[in-house]
Amino acid sequence: MTGFVDVALLILLAVTGVAIIRQRNLFAAVMLAGIYSLVSAGLFVVMDAVDVAFTEAAVGAGISTVLMLGTLALVGYKEHKPQHTPILPMFVVLVTGGILVYGTSEMPRYGEADNPVHLHVAPHYLEESEHEIHIPNVVTSVLASYRGYDTMGETAVIFAAMVGVLLLLSRGPLPLRVFHKGQWVTLPPGARHEDPPRAGVPEEGDGDG
Amino acid sequence: MDDRVILRIGAKILIPFILLFALYVQFHGDYGPGGGFQAGVIFAAAFVLYALVFGLGNAVKVLPPQAVYVCGALGVMIYMGVGFVTMALGGAFLDYNVLAPDPTHGQHYGILAVELGVLVTVFGVMVALFYAFAGRRRLDL
Repeated sequence: MTGFVDVALLILLAVTGVAIIRQRNLFAAVMLAGIYSLVSAGLFVVMDAVDVAFTEAAVGAGISTVLMLGTLALVGYKEHKPQHTPILPMFVVLVTGGILVYGTSEMPRYGEADNPVHLHVAPHYLEESEHEIHIPNVVTSVLASYRGYDTMGETAVIFAAMVGVLLLLSRGPLPLRVFHKGQWVTLPPGARHEDPPRAGVPEEGDGDG
Repeated sequence: MDDRVILRIGAKILIPFILLFALYVQFHGDYGPGGGFQAGVIFAAAFVLYALVFGLGNAVKVLPPQAVYVCGALGVMIYMGVGFVTMALGGAFLDYNVLAPDPTHGQHYGILAVELGVLVTVFGVMVALFYAFAGRRRLDL
């Protein structure tokens, strides 16, 4: 029964992936990407990784879809026809996929009890966290206590992501600078990139600022 | 805006329950699936829904961008602050055992505090990302 559910979910995943590739309407592609995340979440549930499934459903299917729709509102819903033939990208994708599949043949079988991942620190977490931390959910014990240092790093990474996005996307009072006739020129407020910088103020000195 | 009555009323009914569910996920993380990351995203989703239905202008009135940015930084500070508190109490960095006389109680307090930090950061960052994307106008290219 579990095998049937696995196969069904994986087929759905593959069908959704192919549909995303073939879709020229970006709105539909974003919706299909959300469905892809939701099916992935279902797959994680089958693997008993409910915490991961929860995150995948909330972030992948929820917030990401909203952010992508917000981007589509800016860039339009139609995908332009590609100007090059798909042969080279197809070759790269097939080779990479082949290498990955070849790599999985070296990995230990999924779910075996004597896999290396189950023999290192996992037995200690599973047997002792009940006494050491006194919390039933081992995932929370590992995430917040045993590996609390890692989670602190992850939180800092999320914060760094916010700083990066704000630096790129926030409409701060940064002046627009263009390289024009051998020197950097600061355009007046409200100017656009294509405007000829005749009204701009040439800056002294630096050519690489 | 005014003619989308079902959408408006539906959102108004849903938003409190989404916030409540986020808090449930946060505080039930010790016993079932969930925790700061998921709770933060769900909490942010409530505000995203509000912004989508009632407009970005109203959402910014409820939750100003500055407050969101502060949240994003505050969560990391809470998390690291727990580490410094445990150091001040004589333990290692993020060693929760010293937070209470009973080590397992200390672990409970520590996990609760760092999960709160994760919640605050994830919530702030998710809303900040949404504001950054939704706040941009289409360029006249």
